[in-house]
Amino acid sequence: MPASAIDGVRSAIAERETTATALAQDFYTRIRQEDPEIGAFLTLCQERALAQAGRIDQLAAEGKPLPPLAGVPVAIKDVMVTSGVRTTAGSKILDNFIPPYDCTAVARLEAAGAVILGKLNCDEFAMGSSTENSAYHAVHNPRDKSRVPGGSSGGSAAAVAAEMAVATLGSDTGGSIRQPASFCGVVGLKPTYGRVSRYGLIAFASSLDHIGPFAKTVKEVALVLRTIAGRDPMDSTSAEVPVPDYVAELEKPVKGLRVGVAKEYFGAGLDSEVRAAVETAIQKLAALGCEVVPVSLPHTEYAIPTYYIVATAEASANLARYDGVRYGFRAKASNLSGMYRLSRDGGFGMEVKRRIMLGTYVLSAGYYDAYYLKAQKVRTLLTRDFDEAFKKVDVIAAPTCPTPAFRLGEKVNDPLAMYLADIYTVTANLAGIPGISVPCGENHEKLPIGLQLFGRHFDEATLLRVAHAYEQSRKSGVGTDAFVRSGERISPMSR
Amino acid sequence: MKVTDKDVAYVADLANLELTEDERARMLRDLNSILEYIERLNELETDKVAPMAQVSDRYGVDESRQGSDRFAYAIREDVKDGLRKSLPHEAAVKNAPDTDGTFFEVPKVIER
Repeated sequence: MPASAIDGVRSAIAERETTATALAQDFYTRIRQEDPEIGAFLTLCQERALAQAGRIDQLAAEGKPLPPLAGVPVAIKDVMVTSGVRTTAGSKILDNFIPPYDCTAVARLEAAGAVILGKLNCDEFAMGSSTENSAYHAVHNPRDKSRVPGGSSGGSAAAVAAEMAVATLGSDTGGSIRQPASFCGVVGLKPTYGRVSRYGLIAFASSLDHIGPFAKTVKEVALVLRTIAGRDPMDSTSAEVPVPDYVAELEKPVKGLRVGVAKEYFGAGLDSEVRAAVETAIQKLAALGCEVVPVSLPHTEYAIPTYYIVATAEASANLARYDGVRYGFRAKASNLSGMYRLSRDGGFGMEVKRRIMLGTYVLSAGYYDAYYLKAQKVRTLLTRDFDEAFKKVDVIAAPTCPTPAFRLGEKVNDPLAMYLADIYTVTANLAGIPGISVPCGENHEKLPIGLQLFGRHFDEATLLRVAHAYEQSRKSGVGTDAFVRSGERISPMSR
Repeated sequence: MKVTDKDVAYVADLANLELTEDERARMLRDLNSILEYIERLNELETDKVAPMAQVSDRYGVDESRQGSDRFAYAIREDVKDGLRKSLPHEAAVKNAPDTDGTFFEVPKVIER
């Protein structure tokens, strides 16, 4: 197995070739050089990072065993709370919010030795597909700075693509990890619902929200998932399902696995170069010994309308807590109800207000059955589609997105066009199944294209295994995967 | 047009939003366009389909039980002693826009 950047960092520190502190400093230097043109970071937490790096260096100096992610520079989407480090969710309403506790996934990363460099830009409350809804600034795609990085975890994808962090965490409510991974040419995984605790994830739509990792390679994503997965008593929806050693599972053969292909993911609106790249990737999987099997997911076309009812309904309830009383922005007003309204008016951006309005509308008296209940029923149908398909196949292959990264400003004034960017990703959120995006080529403008794979509930192991086998098969001669070259020790400067 | 100006005002009121004139006009346009798109769900016959509120009703549940007992895996015994410490008072009010150190302070609720 080729060395991953994470293993490289850990062994370089263990063998005293570098220190976690020096590595963190290198990454901060790189962030200062690169990020002004990209905009991936909202907040740096140098003090916390260097304290953690110091602890790792201390262990190394004493010759003690290093934890699995020792010294690995990571960064966190700013929707996960970090104790003592400002957490905004990309919103002005939380501009001054300093959380008093840590998100479980963040705490687990740090307990495994990772060094948290800072907090990453995103669409406000993770609502968007381009990161242009950030109340702070847009993120530019490192692969083409005139284009969006995708969203809502645009900062998380861009930071990995620009090598400002080895791995990052994002959140995915309708595609917010997989779509930016595809747009920026990195690997992004949305695990099964319940696989990773949501404790400390600022809620957008609780039945659809997931935390997951980004990295340059599938192996690193597997390492991070192994660290953050598993039951957490602080999240009652986190499942009591054993966490396998995802990294060990990667090496199992893929020969004989059945890969489903659904025509519903290759219909009108799919860019021809994306189609060609994904079809070539599926041929590659066949060449690796997988059996390609046609499957049908007949309700796919209903996924976006279902999603925008369920997600906005849940959001309208979750965002009711921002009222200017206990934390966040408070507007001046002479009475309490005026204070609520003016605080929310002044603190929320347009897309957040739009979704609160839509969600409130579909839940309001007289419309609940027609919209919300209807959507929940269609959600059952969409989930049954996957249940049926997974009786016949082990994974399903599809494009991650209908197009490569679009231009900044291109869709910002047309909410429906923006929503349709998630057409191939929202289904996995509604059904709760895991999905991964792996780079599978470039278009004629050198923009990355992503292959998406879906798996059965809690079968991330097979999903990662197929993704890994595919990645290894196309690795040779691919110049973009700077961290992947076999045996090379990672340094952010050696490029 | 399904949604009217009046609906926008009513929903904004429910959602505790004020909205400017300009925002109300945009909401009217956007909500109608999105709801029109959403209408296609009515093409599906769903009378006999059970609604799905949570993915977690799909695993870990004990199907032989009824109601919330199906989620027994997520239930714990009551703890009388040694409870997990809740947030210290001081930390809980630290982010408050206005506090006297004990309570959150807000503008007057009842006018005299």
